[in-house]
Amino acid sequence: MTKAASSPKSGTWDLKLYIAGYTPRAVKALENLKQLCEEHLHGVYTIEVVDLLRNPRLARGDQIVAVPTLVRKLPEPVRKIIGDLSNRERVLVGLDLRPR
Amino acid sequence: MTKPKRPLRKAPEVRPARAAGLKPLAKCPTGIRGLDDVTEGGLPRGRSTLVCGAAGCGKTLMAMEFVVRGARDFGEPGVFMAFEETVAELTSNVASLGFDLPSLIRRKKLAVDYVRIERSEIEETGEYDLEGLFVRLGTMIDEVHAKRVVLDTIESLFASLPNEGILRAELRRLFRWLKDRGVTAVITAEQGKEGELTRYGLEEYVSDCVIVLDHRLTNQVATRRLRVVKYRGSKHGTNEYPTMIDEHGLNVLPITSLGLSHDVSTRRVSTGIARLDTMMTGKGYWEGSSILVSGTAGAGKTSIATALLDSVCRHGGRCLFFSFEESPDQIARNMASIGFDLNRHVRSGCLQFHTVRPTLYGLENHLVTLHDLVDRWHPRAVVMDPITGLTSIGEPGEVKSMLMRVVDYLKSRNITTLFTSLTEGGAALEKTDISISSLMDTWLLLRMVESAGERNRILYVLKSRGMAHSNQIREFVLTDHGIKLTDVYVGRGEVYTGSARVVQESRDRADAIAAGQASHRRQREITHERLALEAQMQKLQSRLAELKQETTMAAKQERERDATSRHDTKGLARIRKADSDGAQEEGNNT
Repeated sequence: MTKAASSPKSGTWDLKLYIAGYTPRAVKALENLKQLCEEHLHGVYTIEVVDLLRNPRLARGDQIVAVPTLVRKLPEPVRKIIGDLSNRERVLVGLDLRPR
Repeated sequence: MTKPKRPLRKAPEVRPARAAGLKPLAKCPTGIRGLDDVTEGGLPRGRSTLVCGAAGCGKTLMAMEFVVRGARDFGEPGVFMAFEETVAELTSNVASLGFDLPSLIRRKKLAVDYVRIERSEIEETGEYDLEGLFVRLGTMIDEVHAKRVVLDTIESLFASLPNEGILRAELRRLFRWLKDRGVTAVITAEQGKEGELTRYGLEEYVSDCVIVLDHRLTNQVATRRLRVVKYRGSKHGTNEYPTMIDEHGLNVLPITSLGLSHDVSTRRVSTGIARLDTMMTGKGYWEGSSILVSGTAGAGKTSIATALLDSVCRHGGRCLFFSFEESPDQIARNMASIGFDLNRHVRSGCLQFHTVRPTLYGLENHLVTLHDLVDRWHPRAVVMDPITGLTSIGEPGEVKSMLMRVVDYLKSRNITTLFTSLTEGGAALEKTDISISSLMDTWLLLRMVESAGERNRILYVLKSRGMAHSNQIREFVLTDHGIKLTDVYVGRGEVYTGSARVVQESRDRADAIAAGQASHRRQREITHERLALEAQMQKLQSRLAELKQETTMAAKQERERDATSRHDTKGLARIRKADSDGAQEEGNNT
C-alpha cells in the first residue's frame, strides 16, 4: 500500500465519528478530532457525528462495536480509530497522515 | 423425547416448587433432544449459559438451535450475534437442518447480526467502551422482542481489540446488562489449553451454567460428548453424555439417567422354534426382555434371531434388524435357505433392515440411529447382529455402557431385544467379550460339538430369568423348513450328535432286531425238538403195542401148537396102537 502519508490536499476527507450519547468521552473525542483536522486537513474535511443512541441502526453498517469510533470513509481505504483520540500521534498514524 | 413440531409448546415459566414458599429456578427449554432432560428442563431462564469446547464440536450449532427452536417452537424470539460467520454463511449452514433463517428474520422472530472487527483496520487511541455493541444488541432485542440471545463467539473480540483491560470490564458489564434485560443468553467460547474451560477465562463472567462440548477420536472414530459442568441453583446430570449431530440437529443421549423402573410385561413372545418354546416352559421369551445368543462362528446365531423376527412378523408385529456384518439381501437369501422368507415381511412392512458397518460412525451415532428408528418404527422386536462388531469402535467399557443404554431404552418401551455375540474360538464359552451377560434376561448358548469327523450344533438355555427353563442340551439342526431341535443321544456317559447319533440309533435298532431273531430261533428249535420227541414217543408206543400184540399172538400160536401136537400124538398113538405103557411114557414126556 501507500508507503508515504496521503497528501492532505488530495481530495476531500470524509470523516465520521460514532458516539453513543454526548458523554464526556465523546465530547473529548470530538474536540480532539476538530483540533487535529483544523491543523492538518484545513478546508478539505467534513466531520459527521453519528449518535448511536439516536440512530442505532447505523452501527451495523460500519461495524461499530466500540465508541467513540472515528471512521475515515474517504480517502479509501477505510480506516477506523477507536478511543477518545487523546493520543494525537496515534491518530495521525491511524489516519495515514504520518508514516507508520 | 419427541421432536417439537409446529404447534407452540408452552415454555414452563415456573417449575413446581419442591419446598413450599421457595420459588425454584425457572428454566428455558432448548428443544434440543436430550439436553432438556440432562438439565431438567433447560437453561436457566434470564441468565447466561456458557457453552465451550474445541473447534468443530458443535457450539455454534447448539447456540443456533437454541434460538431457532425458541423462536419456532416455544414462541420466544431470539437474537443471534455472530462474530465468526456471516449471516449468509450461517443461513446456508443450518438450512440442511430445516432451519429457515430468512423466513424467521422476515417474520421478526429472529434477528441475526454479524460483527466483524478487522484488527489491521483499527487504531486505538485513548479510552473507549463497547457501547456500540450494546446499542446493536439492544436494537435487535427491541426489534424482535427477543427472549433469547446468542453471542457466538464473543471472545473473538479479544483478538480484535488490543486493550484487554477495557474489554474485560466491558464484558462484565455486558453480561450484567443481559441479565438486567431478562434475556436468556448463550455465550459460546473456545476451549482453552490444558484443561482451561475457555481461552480467555470467560467462565469468570458467565458462571450460572457451563456446558462443555467435546469431540474426540477413539480408534479413528470421532465421538461427541456433552457435559454440564456447572448449573447454579439446579440439579443436573453430571455425566458425559454422548452427543451427535444428525439431520435434525444436535442430539444428547441422556439414557443413563433412566432408572430401572420400567414396567414389565407378563406376555410371552414365541421364539419361532417349537421345541425352543417348549424348553422355555412352552411359551418362549418374555415380552420386552433382553436375549443374548452367543456362540462360535457358524453356530446358527443369526438363524435363532431370524426365527424370532419371523415369529413376531407372522403375528403382525414390526421388527428391526440391525446387522453389522451382512447386507439385507444376503441375510434374506441365507435365511431363505432354511425356510424363512424375510423379503415377504419386508414387503408387508413388518420388517426393516438397518445394515451398516460398525466402524461407519461412533457408538453414540449407532445409539441415536437406533433411537430414531425405534421412535419412528415402533417395533415389537429388535435384533442386533452381532454386537461383537461394536468392540472395534469402542473400549469394552464404552460398548457395555452403550448396550446398557440400548437395553434400558428398549425395555422401557417393552420391546423384545435379541443380541447375538460371537464367541472367539478358544475363549471360555460362558464368557462374553463385552461382559454384558448380566444385562441379559435370557442367554442361549450355541456350541459346535466335534465328533466322528463332523461338527454339529447343540443349544442350551444357560439362563432365563423368571421361568423354569429346561436344563437339557438339544441338538440344533438347520433344515430346509426351518430350525429343528432334537434330543441328543446320551449313552455310556457320552453325547452323540449328528450322524453319530443316527448311527447309534440304527445300531440300536439292529441290535434289537437281532436279539428278537435269536429268541425266535430258539423257540423254533425247542418246538422242533419237542415235536421230534413226541414223534419218537409215538413210534415207541406203537412198537410197544406191536410187541404186546406179538406176544399175545405168540402165546396163542403156542397154545394152538400144543393143542395140535397133543391131538397129533393121540392120533399117532391111535394109529400105532401102542400099549398104554408106551402111550403113558410118551404122555409123560409132553
